[in-house]
Amino acid sequence: MNSQLKWKFVLILIVLVVCIYGVVGQPAFPTSLAQVKDNIAKRIQLGLDLKGGSHLVLQVQLEEAIGQRCDEAIDDLTKQLHDKNIGFGEIRRIDDTNILVRDLETNSSGAFRDLVTNQFPDWSMAPAAGETNGYQLTLKPSVIADLRQAAMNQTLETITRRINALGLTEPTIAFTGRGDDEILIQLPGVGDPTAAKEVIQAGGQLQLVRVADGPFRSEAEALAQHGGILPAGTIIVPGKSDSAGPSKDSGQLFYILDRIPIVTGQDLRSADANPSTEMPGQYEVDFKLSTTAAARFGPFTEAQAAIGGRMAVVLDHQVYEAATIQSRIEDSGRITGSFSQESAQNLALVLRAGALPASIKYLEERTVGPSLGADSIREGVRASLGSIMVVMIFLVIYYRLSGVNAVVALALNLVILVAFMAYVGAVLTLPGIAGVILTIGMGVDSNVLVFERIREELRNGKVPANAVSTGFDRAFLTIIDTHVTTVVSAVFLFLFGTGPVKGFAVTLVIGLIANVFTSIYVSRAIFDFHLSRMDRQAQLSI
Amino acid sequence: MEFFHGVNVNWMGKAKYFVILSLLLLAVGWISIFRTVVVKHGTLYGIDFRGGTLVYVRFAGPAPIDQIRKGLQQAGLSNSTIQGISDTRSVGSQNDVVIGLEQGQSNESLDAGKQRILDVLQKTFGAAGSGKPDFNSVSAPALAADLTRKDPLSLGAAAGDRYTQLAARLLSARDTDHGGIVTSFDQLKSVEGATPTVVNSLSSDFSLSNFAIRDAEIVGPKVGSQLRRQAILATLYALGGMLVYIAFRFEWVYGAAAVIAVFHDVLITLGFFSLFHFEISLTVIAALLTLVGYSMNDTIVIFDRVRENLRLMRRESFPDIVNKSINQTLSRTILTSGLTFLTVLVLFLMGGEVLRGFSFAMVVGVVVGTYSSFGIAAPIVVVWNKYYGGQGNPIRAGSAAEKRAVVAAARR
Repeated sequence: MNSQLKWKFVLILIVLVVCIYGVVGQPAFPTSLAQVKDNIAKRIQLGLDLKGGSHLVLQVQLEEAIGQRCDEAIDDLTKQLHDKNIGFGEIRRIDDTNILVRDLETNSSGAFRDLVTNQFPDWSMAPAAGETNGYQLTLKPSVIADLRQAAMNQTLETITRRINALGLTEPTIAFTGRGDDEILIQLPGVGDPTAAKEVIQAGGQLQLVRVADGPFRSEAEALAQHGGILPAGTIIVPGKSDSAGPSKDSGQLFYILDRIPIVTGQDLRSADANPSTEMPGQYEVDFKLSTTAAARFGPFTEAQAAIGGRMAVVLDHQVYEAATIQSRIEDSGRITGSFSQESAQNLALVLRAGALPASIKYLEERTVGPSLGADSIREGVRASLGSIMVVMIFLVIYYRLSGVNAVVALALNLVILVAFMAYVGAVLTLPGIAGVILTIGMGVDSNVLVFERIREELRNGKVPANAVSTGFDRAFLTIIDTHVTTVVSAVFLFLFGTGPVKGFAVTLVIGLIANVFTSIYVSRAIFDFHLSRMDRQAQLSI
Repeated sequence: MEFFHGVNVNWMGKAKYFVILSLLLLAVGWISIFRTVVVKHGTLYGIDFRGGTLVYVRFAGPAPIDQIRKGLQQAGLSNSTIQGISDTRSVGSQNDVVIGLEQGQSNESLDAGKQRILDVLQKTFGAAGSGKPDFNSVSAPALAADLTRKDPLSLGAAAGDRYTQLAARLLSARDTDHGGIVTSFDQLKSVEGATPTVVNSLSSDFSLSNFAIRDAEIVGPKVGSQLRRQAILATLYALGGMLVYIAFRFEWVYGAAAVIAVFHDVLITLGFFSLFHFEISLTVIAALLTLVGYSMNDTIVIFDRVRENLRLMRRESFPDIVNKSINQTLSRTILTSGLTFLTVLVLFLMGGEVLRGFSFAMVVGVVVGTYSSFGIAAPIVVVWNKYYGGQGNPIRAGSAAEKRAVVAAARR
């Protein structure tokens, strides 16, 4: 064997060792066959379609977050206009991003423009069409983009915290889709996502608010008590719509509450589920406030206790509890409302993880049961192995010794493919198996191309060594063309495709690169080795 | 061993028959598509692309389809579809069914349809009135929690994660050995660590329904149309990329011919899908992409040979060169395609239900893809060359490697 050939085999051997080590040698070096199996199972990550689990796609209702900003601006603007004594007819919300201010006093237009320019830099201002002295404020596109981004990031972080608190194994939570408002959640091994979905979807907006008046039997009754107009800075909030609640009188109650809360969920230091002291068998959620919030809360409760004021615990725009403040409260509170242990624990978890900036809507839900995943693997692997065996046997019968060469190249191709997937942490999915099958097909094709070409050259009367060398040279161009074409298409599929199509593209690209190496470099080296040992005029077994 | 040696067929002379054959194949399939879509107002799209709910249920015995249908109708779900499936495990009897439901009202929550189907199944087939959780649908953490609470092995505080492991083994036996459905608690006795006390504890805490949910898919309408658009776009971009590469390596007409040929393959395969009542799902898209790869591969092998022969055979007419190139590569074409066909046939027969649509597309696609290389792609280049080819060599100068190959060939 000449030295060049020797180095070729050294390189092939290194690749082989690195690949086999990559598949079976980690995380711990195996000492038994069972451990080898265990390592393989650990190294090859399976997609949800093969191992079972839940796949959820949800959409964040970003308009809510933007609309909320609009409402805040209206509140703020109204207050400032009052403070600065700028008279106006009406401030109205046109839609989520537009505010209309009508009938400003003629002489205060300048003051109004100054106020908006200085105090509301997020809004652009233009005279409103069809109004004599009115202005339309529009939220600037850059601000909207920032708001959306911030809301998406906050939603992702919140959901991640909640799911991590549920203690599920290896969840995936990521942005997805063409639109910029979708989040993908994958929960391996979760056969029924109902419980997880509830925790993910819970709003988790906690507020402690002063009660202005109530409760009332209906919204109309609440309004009637105040002559049809709510006191400034208040809103009507419904009570918890749970008929099984502790309140004896059935039916919904309504409260008039301050619009601005004293304490919100962001002020929480901790939240825990505990058995209720008053209602045996039921649970409540006890929470503690941060020091800064407590510094606000203490004086407030002290002042309210003196005048018999009341306070409401509001969760996701529902009053859970409204009670008279008895004395100064420093930093703790509780939420009651006929919770089971599980629902109380989930609520505590959601409160700890923080609120969602906007509500969410599920767009897609797929659950693959573990038995189906196991079947898919078994059948997919069995079918793939079965067909590979058939192909290999045929190659050996048809091409004799050279067929063995092709079998070695194919086997090495598979080993490299699997090892590469293990090293980069690629996930094997059902479409990924399709990619493996296409790889095998193209691997067979490369070998057939080369062998047919060698046969042709032999028929033209060349000696084996020349025939082999010409055969490889000629087939090389074809192999490169076919492989590059397919890789080009796979790259496009990866860039523009969705999940399953991406999985297909990944295995395909890896497999094809491995294939060029095995069917040209390795196969050629084996041929050269064989030729170097046989008589120059002897027949080639092909 | 050797087949197909010294074949000499005038392929290009038969081009018009190929065109007729292709048109026939296209017509058969697309009439079926027309019937489904326009006449019956149906759709070829599976749930991935049209949105809706799909619940895949396995029964302990042959699935009582009539009973399921009656239950669904009583619940007001008369627009549901029920399809029986033969699994590789239960050849001859259909133990599995897929229940499909069209998209519900937009104001309903996404999983409302799934819940209704589950309610019907529970009502019709659930263990009557036991109130115990169903072992066939219990999750690993819930099972581990129950075992830890009952502590049938009397381990006390020393239990550690013993019960978690036992739960995993029990569920693995259920899902892998018994296909997801246990009909009697005695079947669990063979599980390592499942002593009679453990099995007794299980049978007192759990009921056994005779069905299990294997898979549930709910796709909202927005996602469906989005996935559809994205799949089509990705495929078109991929085809465009191939066209550009082949145009760069050969000439643009070769690229165009190859892309038209694979397009033809996809259209025919889609027609066959409709003819045999398969639905187009995301996995099928992967299969269509695979067949695009195969077909393209075949076409390029022939074109490569044409390019090489054009340099060697300066006197022969272009159609003759193409004929010769096809004949020279025929042995390889038949071998590769034959082996690939064998592979996907095995997959179709043994690959199980999930891979069925995929492997069907491949079985059709490999045959059509091989045929289109010489039946469609090559004739397009020949016809183009006849009218616009001019006198000179239609191939422009290639790379240095190609020139070396030509020199080597000339020396021979």
